[in-house]
Amino acid sequence: MDQLFLIPFLAGLPLALLLPVLGNLARLRDEWLAALGIAHLAGAAGLAGLAWHLPAVLGAPLGALAGAGFKHALGGRGNSVFGVMILAGWAATLLIAANSSLGESLAHALVDGQLYFASTIDLAAAWLVGALGLATLSWLTPRLIRARLFPGHELANRLPAWRWHFGFDLLAALAIAVATATLGLMAAFALVFLPAWIAFRLAPDWRRAGRLAAGLGGAGYLLAFAIALALDQPFGPVLVTVLLAMLAASLAVRR
Amino acid sequence: MSGQPEGLLRLDGLVAGYRTPVTPACSLTLARGEVLGLAGANGIGKSTLLAAIAGAARIHAGTLWLRPGCRLRQLPQRPERPAEAPVSGRELLAVMDALALPPPSRLAALLDARVDRLSGGEYQVLCLWACLAGDADLVLLDEPTNNLDRGHVDLAIEEIGAERARRGCVVVSHDRAFLDAVSTRVIDLGEIGESGEAAWTSCS
Repeated sequence: MDQLFLIPFLAGLPLALLLPVLGNLARLRDEWLAALGIAHLAGAAGLAGLAWHLPAVLGAPLGALAGAGFKHALGGRGNSVFGVMILAGWAATLLIAANSSLGESLAHALVDGQLYFASTIDLAAAWLVGALGLATLSWLTPRLIRARLFPGHELANRLPAWRWHFGFDLLAALAIAVATATLGLMAAFALVFLPAWIAFRLAPDWRRAGRLAAGLGGAGYLLAFAIALALDQPFGPVLVTVLLAMLAASLAVRR
Repeated sequence: MSGQPEGLLRLDGLVAGYRTPVTPACSLTLARGEVLGLAGANGIGKSTLLAAIAGAARIHAGTLWLRPGCRLRQLPQRPERPAEAPVSGRELLAVMDALALPPPSRLAALLDARVDRLSGGEYQVLCLWACLAGDADLVLLDEPTNNLDRGHVDLAIEEIGAERARRGCVVVSHDRAFLDAVSTRVIDLGEIGESGEAAWTSCS
């Protein structure tokens, strides 16, 4: 691979493996729409950061973390909260673009995906968030599954449940923010949403659902990267198309 | 060792409810190894009493004492089950730390299936075992025979009786025959006296 594309490739890879696993947990919690809300807020904050000469990968997490805090403060659950986050992020993105020297081109770059412009900062942020996921998911996952299937357990045993609920929100927000700044808004959302959907249809248990989702995310990423390079296409839409094709194939297989 | 069973739960004149009181004043104790059946007409407050013990209902009067460090498990009337969840029965038991005891053979056959693909009755007995087979000191079961056919009721009776000495258990049910089969004593909340002391029937 050309050295020019190595850093972007390595920056996107850990995100393509981590986001689908987070997507499984978000889907189990009926919170997959939150990923789109967080991605919109991250996009807006990333753009605001660029206006202040900050790399998008540093600005985006601020918006995502604000979204996670907003969700947690409102009790977290429900599509209404996620709808507000999507609308607020969308409005802020376009208003910042219209009222700064960045213009709409940068806003489009953030929304469409700008993987090929990923820098070493993006690379470091992606691997850092990947390591954070690796370190915390084995602790978070059984607690989040238990909370979903036995919601009264935490209250009955006076457990400090906010640690794993808020911890997951923060991890997901950080990962989606870094992915939004690196891969683009819709590509980040697709990695959370589509592999988890397929895994939930096909996997016989949670362990294999995680492997399947991560495998689909990784394979989709590799394929999309190769297609986008070979055909000189924007990466974000190609990745979304590849993941949609995987979903269509899984629906056909299941029938 | 005194040989006395270890006290887990004590209610003294407890009145539980939500915005308003629901239950009559109730006094009772529960020790490890006991299975206390709670009977009574619909609306008398059986489930509310369990909710108060689990911290989910308000205490309007009286006191509730739980042994410090007491680990609780509770089976609600309708166990939560997502419409889609790629979680196997074995994984459900694992997240509840309930893999230490070997499950009854009929239940063992369900452990490799996804929980969202079990029947309502199969899921109910799986969740019941998840509450009973772990390290809980006190297990609260609210209408555990909901959704169950005769065969699954027999399985539920077998589960509640397994390793009974490890824990205390409070069972709410409108099925008196089931309560008599699983309980060491049964209290009818509709027959509580002025003092709050419950009249009880010894079962086994």
